[in-house]
Amino acid sequence: MKSLGSIRRDFSPWNDPNAKPYIQFDKVTKKFGDFTAVNNLSLTIFEREFFALLGASGCGKSTLLRMLAGFEEPSAGRILLDGQDLRGIPPYKRPVNMMFQSYALFPHMTVEKNIAFGLKQEGMPGPDVEKRVAEMLKLVKLEQFAKRKPHQLSGGQRQRVALARSVAKRPKVLLLDEPLGALDKKLREETQFELMDLQQELGLTFVVVTHDQEEAMTMADRIAIMDKGEVMQVATPAEIYEAPASRFVAHFVGNVNMFEGKVAEHMTSTTRITGATGAQIVVDNGSNAAAGSDIIFAIRPEKIKVSSKKPADAVNALEGEVYDVAYLGDMTVYHIKLDDGQIVRASALNASRITEDPLTWNDRAWVSFRPDAGVVLTR
Amino acid sequence: MTDIAATAAPSTETATLPARLATGFVNRLVIIVPYLWLLFFFLVPFIIVFKISLSQTAISMPPYTPVLGFKDGVSGFFAGVRDLNFDNYTWLTQDALYFNAYVTSLVIAGISTILTLIVGYPIAYGMARAPATIRPTLLMLVILPFWTSFLIRVYAWIGILKPEGLLNQVLLATGLISQPLVILNTYTAIFIGIVYSYLPFMVLPLYSSLEKMDYSLIEAAQDLGCPPTGAFWKITFPLSLPGVVAGCLLVFIPAVGEFVIPDLLGGSQTLMIGKTLWNEFFSNRDWPVSSAVAVILLLVLTIPIMFFQQAQAKAQEQGR
Repeated sequence: MKSLGSIRRDFSPWNDPNAKPYIQFDKVTKKFGDFTAVNNLSLTIFEREFFALLGASGCGKSTLLRMLAGFEEPSAGRILLDGQDLRGIPPYKRPVNMMFQSYALFPHMTVEKNIAFGLKQEGMPGPDVEKRVAEMLKLVKLEQFAKRKPHQLSGGQRQRVALARSVAKRPKVLLLDEPLGALDKKLREETQFELMDLQQELGLTFVVVTHDQEEAMTMADRIAIMDKGEVMQVATPAEIYEAPASRFVAHFVGNVNMFEGKVAEHMTSTTRITGATGAQIVVDNGSNAAAGSDIIFAIRPEKIKVSSKKPADAVNALEGEVYDVAYLGDMTVYHIKLDDGQIVRASALNASRITEDPLTWNDRAWVSFRPDAGVVLTR
Repeated sequence: MTDIAATAAPSTETATLPARLATGFVNRLVIIVPYLWLLFFFLVPFIIVFKISLSQTAISMPPYTPVLGFKDGVSGFFAGVRDLNFDNYTWLTQDALYFNAYVTSLVIAGISTILTLIVGYPIAYGMARAPATIRPTLLMLVILPFWTSFLIRVYAWIGILKPEGLLNQVLLATGLISQPLVILNTYTAIFIGIVYSYLPFMVLPLYSSLEKMDYSLIEAAQDLGCPPTGAFWKITFPLSLPGVVAGCLLVFIPAVGEFVIPDLLGGSQTLMIGKTLWNEFFSNRDWPVSSAVAVILLLVLTIPIMFFQQAQAKAQEQGR
């Protein structure tokens, strides 16, 4: 497979067999009564990594984070941090800090005192505390708000205080529980980049829990997609998007078209698929599904080209009719109803202002894609 | 209130003048009701008591003079007003009994309030941390004693605390003591009685302030390196202060003027202002002096509370 690497060049310890794991979930299970929140889960996170746990609510991602922080103990399995087993170590003795979804700022303390709280707990001398607090306030650009109480701040400012408070102690690992969940869209996008810069600047390991795929894709070095207490796939954002390991992951992240079919022929580099209705698709991205097996062919909408005539050089081309057109400004989304009845979603970037050959409702149209544009999913 | 007005009257453009006046009247009526209540059931009785405190005792019906009225015309009324004076208040300062009774009452009420806080806080905390499903039951249990007469419950304590009472029998039987403890007719019995009787008034406001506290604050404190006991004193307790203050006031104020508990459990020698007042009123039939005692008690209690509430409102404005 062609490289689908990290967004940070030269940072991919997960590909290095000699890299020492920093955080290790080793066959961890957590049960609440009859409910299994986390099921026999193993996961490795590396030092200085920005790691995202992505999943719908109730998938166990927050429980995983809370076990790392020490608020919950695993029912079975071990959690290791820098080689040390965390079992039995109470939250106040763990070298990790957490930024809470609700921020959990102490309402009776000023911004300054909130940030200083953890430092005073570890017995840092007064002048050093002051220095560190000033440093943190500068880092999150809240110098002039030092004497305010949390309720006198805006949502964005509170988020920064919570962040400053949680990094003030320079923890080995910073845990972020839906860190941007309470912010509005615009502020969230700005803050995503700020969080990334901050992580680089401080050189900390970040583990962030989120249900927002865009957030995870933007910030994380690697993403773990979770469902029902299990990890479905751990990979870089590009791998998750371009090479999802399963139907669930392909569906969960972004939009996708899926074709059910059978492997008709399996050759060294290419796989020929016969769709359920007879359409032929050729794929050459290294699937090793055996001939005759039932598979799903998944392809992203932006990888599909829509045209009024059959492209001369296309390996994969299917004919249909324009069913829906949505003009979104930066791109146009087409829904093409193929002659076998399946509806295919295709998006075309509006690179020029005027389209030469505009397609509209009920026009005959061809959808075409390259052999390496989609993936074959066996599960 | 504005919602009621809006539905009661059509939009302002089409509303007739009488309709708008009616709306305004309804709005005012809503505010007037509590004021009328305070006027008739607090201010008027207080003025009557205050007037009696300025009168002189007399062997008559009612047992004081002058009795203000208009049966001798307006001039007769003002002649009566001229007879009023502060002699009773001067009298209170001359007899050390009253001063001692006030001080003893404040001290006993103060100690009892602290004891009630110490007993009530863990109860309220336990309730607030209990599973949400059993909280209503726990709340019910706290209120349950109110279903029995207060007097009967205090009487029951005599049965428990007296030398041959339940407590001593149990302690003697288990061999913890060889001589019965003397608790009844001591200050200890008064403290027990007040703590027992006023506990719900402490627990309920504490519970309501502890219950709405965000538990993630405690987790945050622990996450930042604070052990659970530290987190309690640095986070939980400061945040429950409004409940502590409300509970203490609810216990302290009635405890200062408490009459039944010192009378039944404290014996004859206890000197509390509520009992002194009772004696002046019923034994001596000295209505003017007992009224003066009551007015001073009111001032002693209200003035510090007013200052306190002002300070609290200020603090609340500065930051919750």
